[in-house]
Amino acid sequence: MGCGFAKSDKLKKRDRETMRAALLIQRWYRQYVARLEMRRRCTWNIFQSIEYAGEQDQIKLYNFFGYLMDHFTPNNICRNVDWERYFCYKSIEVPKLYSGPHLSFPITCSNAAELVEAFKNKQQLHSRYVLQLLGETWRLLRILPNISQISTCHSKEITICGDLHGHLEDLLLVFYKNGLPSSEKPYVFNGDFVDRGKDSLEILLILFSFLLVYPNDVHLNRGNHEDHIVNLRYGFTKEVLGKYRLHGKKILKLLQKIFSWLPLATVIDNKVLVLHGGISDTTDLHLISRVDRHKRQNRSGMTDSDLEDDDPTTKPVDSSRRRVHSLTHSSSTGTRHEVQRRSLQGLNNRVTCSVEEELKERRRQAGLSQSYGDLRNSLANSDSDPDSGELLESYGDEWKQIVDMLWSDPMPQDGCVPNEVRGGGCYWGPDVTEEVLQRHNLTLLIRSHECKQEGYEFCHNRRVLTIFSASNYYEVGSNRGAYIRMGPDLVPHFIQYQANRATRALTLRQSVGRTERSALRALREKLFAHKSDLISSFQEYDPENTGLISLGHWACAMEAVLRLGLPWRVLRTQLVGDTLDGMLDYHLWFRELAITEPNTEVRFTNTQILLETMYKHHSNLETIFRIIDTDNSGLISFEEFRQTWKLLSSHLQTEISDEAISDLAVSIDFNKDGSIDINEFMEAFRLVGGDLLQNEADLLQQQT
Amino acid sequence: MAEDKESAEAIVSEVHKKIRAAFDVFDHEFNKTVDVREIGTIIRSLGCFPNEGELHDVIAERLTVNRAYVHEHREDNNGTYLTKQIEEEEPTGYIRFEKFLPTMTKVLMERKFRPIPEDLMLQAFEVLDKQKKGHLELEELTKYMTQEGEPFTQEEMEEMLSAAMDPDKNLIFYKDFVSMMTVDDPR
Repeated sequence: MGCGFAKSDKLKKRDRETMRAALLIQRWYRQYVARLEMRRRCTWNIFQSIEYAGEQDQIKLYNFFGYLMDHFTPNNICRNVDWERYFCYKSIEVPKLYSGPHLSFPITCSNAAELVEAFKNKQQLHSRYVLQLLGETWRLLRILPNISQISTCHSKEITICGDLHGHLEDLLLVFYKNGLPSSEKPYVFNGDFVDRGKDSLEILLILFSFLLVYPNDVHLNRGNHEDHIVNLRYGFTKEVLGKYRLHGKKILKLLQKIFSWLPLATVIDNKVLVLHGGISDTTDLHLISRVDRHKRQNRSGMTDSDLEDDDPTTKPVDSSRRRVHSLTHSSSTGTRHEVQRRSLQGLNNRVTCSVEEELKERRRQAGLSQSYGDLRNSLANSDSDPDSGELLESYGDEWKQIVDMLWSDPMPQDGCVPNEVRGGGCYWGPDVTEEVLQRHNLTLLIRSHECKQEGYEFCHNRRVLTIFSASNYYEVGSNRGAYIRMGPDLVPHFIQYQANRATRALTLRQSVGRTERSALRALREKLFAHKSDLISSFQEYDPENTGLISLGHWACAMEAVLRLGLPWRVLRTQLVGDTLDGMLDYHLWFRELAITEPNTEVRFTNTQILLETMYKHHSNLETIFRIIDTDNSGLISFEEFRQTWKLLSSHLQTEISDEAISDLAVSIDFNKDGSIDINEFMEAFRLVGGDLLQNEADLLQQQT
Repeated sequence: MAEDKESAEAIVSEVHKKIRAAFDVFDHEFNKTVDVREIGTIIRSLGCFPNEGELHDVIAERLTVNRAYVHEHREDNNGTYLTKQIEEEEPTGYIRFEKFLPTMTKVLMERKFRPIPEDLMLQAFEVLDKQKKGHLELEELTKYMTQEGEPFTQEEMEEMLSAAMDPDKNLIFYKDFVSMMTVDDPR
């Protein structure tokens, strides 16, 4: 008996020990996972805040870019008949050496499937076929309604995809898992097909070809990135001009028209509303179905030159306002440029006036959201035809509805407020969802527009569903993509995926680490761009000029200058190294951030500030350069560089002396031939870290 | 005396800021509330090592939870709308910062849920390694983690294995694992 008891006691003791050990390990591991989750969330916040700050930035300059675009567009083409001639593909010959896919029209489903195959094999479609395909698409879109009505009768399951953003591998993955579009397999693609990813055009060509083959079963909704001005900034314009050097501009112009003609929403079985961004408290589908959606109102108040199609007698917009100014100043570059370059001089004066007016208006209406203020301004200050004044006023409301549909985001609180973060659309609450859905007798709103970790997310009591189909959006491993399958019961089923085999093999720890490094790199770029402001801000907390500030003050200064709404205290451990008793040597800190200064030879004083300002706005600068570079040579003259900078800086209210700009221009002339190469200029601002990451990413890609 | 009070206040103030910073990371809509399901992550990220039971106690006893409902919408045959409210079973709702701050401050000041030193972790693994092999088999660890103590979910188990296990041999060399995890700790 004694032995038996002793043994079972020992066993019991062992059991207790085992349990305690297991408990300890679980406790320890869960702590670790929580810390990882915290890091992941911070990283996400960084990316998102930088992304939205960029969008907001973009929208602020929307008017300005609009002016520039108008100034540099051909003005002698007004009617659709003229556009058709301009876009004609017939004169373009396909050389015998061309090994890519050939398309015949009317396009067949095997053509479309061939196209998918060809793009999978990294082939490029010849510009003749591109223009032909786009031309057909344009013609089809013009007869489609603003809101498509589809039904799941005949037990058809509908597939709904969200943002793709040029990620061709995700689209291919969806087709692989789900099948190609067909009458048995209808699809809705919910906008943002382009920008950011590198295969935006291929995605469009695939989607359009299936649209042409199955116009009743493939539905495209417009996203906020289906907009030629947004494209200038976020990469699509660059992609097209890079892939199609000769006909790129024509392709872009045709795409501009196509985008303006994309339908705005889809309704399934009269119950489920699918659109890209969201809604607002004023959303009225009956109104929206009646608008002229292609009459995109550019911010200057002028309507697009695309007038009523079936009215050949409509007189063209007064072309005097768009007259090209010839090169009126002599430039040291002589007759280097063959194509007539528009002078920026006249534009500068004209735009500066309007910019001044606009700035005044903005200051006056400081209470209102900027984007709404802009809209009202552009209506009030419109200098278009006097008799179209009426049209514009009522169109203002309709335009607001469209902007809301493409730009809005949901929020958890009730109400509806302007979306200041993005600069367009609004934030709408669950009460608005209920009201709008009930008013239209709908049960569910499916939208996209926001990246989600799992590829999808419900909100507003499961009445709003966000679907996002671009995996690895911020960085390899950052998120999954997903798509929805929905049958007659209208219950959404989700399929998630992540392109890039390498990411699936990464542990949580590795993928968090990776994404985090990338986010921190992006953040460091921001820090560099604001270095002077940051140093001044630090110095305010350091009146005795010791060179040290407390970490608490560091966090306050960071937020005050950068205004990204990031948790600086939590990020501190990643951004700041050693401290002396909780005090940070901020000059040393900047040096240790290991950022390479732009590698331009800087000989003059005050250039540091100039460089930083330029760096801060380099995306905008690039956008402007590409607008001005009408012959797509990749080069601009000194004079144009100077004028561009003056325009931008007046709009941004920064003060840079003419002399400083001229000096900088000379020092950036890398080829020493009197002109500036846009790509080289942009290269000068790339930070060393960025290169390393690109190599890493490339290596990873090669391994898959 | 006054100095002491000042420094005590300064300490508490710093603690408050730390808590606020961690809270803000999960306050998606900037309205001073977080989803209750994230509270565990927040508390742990502040350096605490509670087990699941302790976490549950903190939430249930000290933080008032606003209940949330799931609406089920259905149309009956006449086309009229029915709405049913179902109370969610797992804790749902939002925690407000005002409630969280005093609770969390107390937790931190009282140094509850202290961290686990590396050598203790190693010992724990050694207890599980009954045959003293210096490593654990895949099945061994899985059994302990999913059946003992506060069992892991399948997801948690998979994630731990992906981090801890040598994929070629299906073995967990726990000494290396513990070292690696401890190195990861950013202050």
